[in-house]
Amino acid sequence: MKKIKLSAVYKPSEDVVAREIEGELIIVPISSGIGNMEDELYTLNETGRAIWKKLDGRKSLIKIIEELSKEYTASNIELQKDAAGLLEELLKRNMIVESSRT
Amino acid sequence: MEGKTYVRRASTASSPLWGKKRPLLIKLEMELTERCNLNCIHCYINLPAEDLKAKSRELSAVRIKEILKEAASLGCLKVRFTGGEPLLREDFEDIYIFARKLGLKVTIFTNATLIHPRFAKLWSRIPPGESIEVSVYGMTRKSYESVTRHRGSFAAFQRGLQLLLKKRIPFIVKGVILPQTLGEIGEFESWASRIPQMEAAPRYAMFFDLRGRRDGSKNKLIEKLRISAKEEAGIFSQRQDEINKDLDNFCQRFLQRPSDRLFTCGAGRNSGCVDAYGKFQMCLLLRHPETVVDLKQDSMREALNKFFPELQKRRATNLEYLARCARCFLRGLCEQCPAKSWMESGTLDSPVEYLCEIAHERGRRLGLLGDNERSWEVTEWKERVEKDRAARLWPNRSPERIRRRI
Repeated sequence: MKKIKLSAVYKPSEDVVAREIEGELIIVPISSGIGNMEDELYTLNETGRAIWKKLDGRKSLIKIIEELSKEYTASNIELQKDAAGLLEELLKRNMIVESSRT
Repeated sequence: MEGKTYVRRASTASSPLWGKKRPLLIKLEMELTERCNLNCIHCYINLPAEDLKAKSRELSAVRIKEILKEAASLGCLKVRFTGGEPLLREDFEDIYIFARKLGLKVTIFTNATLIHPRFAKLWSRIPPGESIEVSVYGMTRKSYESVTRHRGSFAAFQRGLQLLLKKRIPFIVKGVILPQTLGEIGEFESWASRIPQMEAAPRYAMFFDLRGRRDGSKNKLIEKLRISAKEEAGIFSQRQDEINKDLDNFCQRFLQRPSDRLFTCGAGRNSGCVDAYGKFQMCLLLRHPETVVDLKQDSMREALNKFFPELQKRRATNLEYLARCARCFLRGLCEQCPAKSWMESGTLDSPVEYLCEIAHERGRRLGLLGDNERSWEVTEWKERVEKDRAARLWPNRSPERIRRRI
């Protein structure tokens, strides 16, 4: 499994389309290799949604966690754990890619 | 912050993705053209491929993209491209890629004869996200081409299918039951069961619709090609499980007092259809001018919020309908609806004799009707349905125990 680096910059893969519909963040795979099953979609939990929205291909993960710590009451350690957990899942599913920082 | 399962797999069909807040539009059908490269004897909507007048009236790719964008903005997740033959459009690839990049899952309903390597490669790289639906008009060149009336079409169909198989693109086949193919059903089913990427059982088209534009050009021929109610019963008599499923669906969805409400099928609720020229309809078959919205003048949002809900309130006024369909407890087994009524008779509320006969035959097959009974004359219909359903749910229980249970 790929290791998540706090200093790395991640962004949504071009192989998925993220859509916000009725308060849900829905990830629709559009390329071969992701979600090939019929009628397959993915949704993110609240934590996932908050982090996904910040994956802009410019901010490092540590910067994202810093921003989240200002918006949520959770501890830094908890936020780091959540962010790493989510990104691991997304990377495993090829829904995000590591971006070369601009 | 909450939860440790960050990414959840979902499906528009099998999970309650939305809870109570369903998007205004979940599923859209788009008839990309009414033209077709084949000339099937039973078809309700095929204009010649070279009909330039029809082609010039069709929505442009730019307009189709605008409509798809509007649909996506309303929450739409799935679009089904149909026709005519949708692959006949030179800009199909462009429209398809645009739809997928909007995050729409795409179903393509095709005869497969125009699937060339480029399409197969595209669908392999950017999968539609839904199974491609392929019509099958026969198992041999002779039967197939006697339906399509197009020499070489069987070979083209086989080539198309081979490309899907080679690229492992999911598809489902739909058989067409015509006098020419009636004897091939066993062969068709056996062939379909060996298709590796087909997970569901094949489907069938058999109660053919009259011409969708009410042009009448070949209605007499279509009527002759329809199988009879008895023939349908014969074809499916071996499928007890399907019959049981029918009955259960029927009981769950339609065990209610018959009424004069015209729309009971859910058409236009979180779904809609756009015809080849930009008319927005509740259902692909319902083209009655009073029931369609011109997307040049109105938006889909407006239609889904106001126009369709108003239509859904409509009640029958035709006395014959009120005496029969509005009192019939077999509506769940009957394909009569405002669209079929429109195609058959030009009104929204006329009984359709052919469909009425089929529903009665189905009712008899399920043990809900006696030989000479008419469904609208049955007063104790609820007891009959419940008793029959209970007997199927608890086949080993005595009638006494079942009676106590219901």
